[in-house]
Amino acid sequence: MHQTKVRVAEDALDANTTIAHANRADFDRESVSVVNLMSAPGAGKTTLLEAVFRSGLGDVRPGVLEGDVQGSLDADRLSHLHVPVTQLNTDGGFGGECHLDANMVRTALPSLGLEQIDLLIIENVGNLVCPAEFRVGEDTKAMVCSVTEGEDKPLKYPLMFRTCDLVVVNKVDLLPHLDYDLDALLRNIESVNPGVETMLISARTGEGVEAFRNWLVHVAEREGVPA
Amino acid sequence: MHELSLSSAILETALRHADGRKVNTVEITVGALRQVVTSSLEFYFEIVSRDTVCEGARLECNEIEARVKCNDCDAPPWTLDQPIFRCPACGGSDVEVLSGTEFLVESIDVEDKEGVVS
Repeated sequence: MHQTKVRVAEDALDANTTIAHANRADFDRESVSVVNLMSAPGAGKTTLLEAVFRSGLGDVRPGVLEGDVQGSLDADRLSHLHVPVTQLNTDGGFGGECHLDANMVRTALPSLGLEQIDLLIIENVGNLVCPAEFRVGEDTKAMVCSVTEGEDKPLKYPLMFRTCDLVVVNKVDLLPHLDYDLDALLRNIESVNPGVETMLISARTGEGVEAFRNWLVHVAEREGVPA
Repeated sequence: MHELSLSSAILETALRHADGRKVNTVEITVGALRQVVTSSLEFYFEIVSRDTVCEGARLECNEIEARVKCNDCDAPPWTLDQPIFRCPACGGSDVEVLSGTEFLVESIDVEDKEGVVS
């Protein structure tokens, strides 16, 4: 038996990145800005989006792509707020993929109605690990981390915290009831991703939500500028 | 934890380059900042490669440490053992990553097709 060594020297995620670029080109063609919103399960991504959409985004027309392993519970919550929502389930794969990849997003493109929106928010599957690895064609990545998760999370999931341009710290209304060291969290975020923008909010009470809304509007306005 | 998705990505890349030939070894390079557990990667690779030309192939992992340097002072480059991107010498935050983000398929060893002289 003869054996040959074939030199590959290729990033293992190149195939994903190529499709992400194709998505990006389609978004650009329709002048749609895209946010990849990530978090651990239960951090409050959907509640935050509900809070934002309740009072709208001004002239910006948003759309949402909901990534979930199964079901459409989150999409149902958002669809009441008159925002076009497309559900993308990942359970076709090996027990349900724990993240969205570029190809999954690509399959959803025809149903997104890109020509009718200015800003697409991709609510990724709740997971602090895999979503950080897979680009989907976004302009920017943001994450929600809640104060019920522990101050050490940035040190445990540096890949996620480093890949994001914005870290939204949610559930701050609970701080009086928790033994939580907010300064330690902010210090850990700053150690892992120096200079990253952070916001303290409560999607439940509405505290700080305005800042996130303004951030989204700002992203929509710098449309077509790659991150 | 993300080793399953990553092993699928490695498999896809290897299959594309194998072009139908039986693969015996897949050599990869993984940087420490990718937070990959290589033993877990090997475990999942064995599963996802079943019924493909990569079935039974050995996954050879070269691990690269995370090396960084400070752009604010003259401190010599250092190796990260924790994900803290701040210069221990001057406290500066303009810390440049020199290595540790790699996730590459370097090469594959393939069996030559019968009757083909290489």
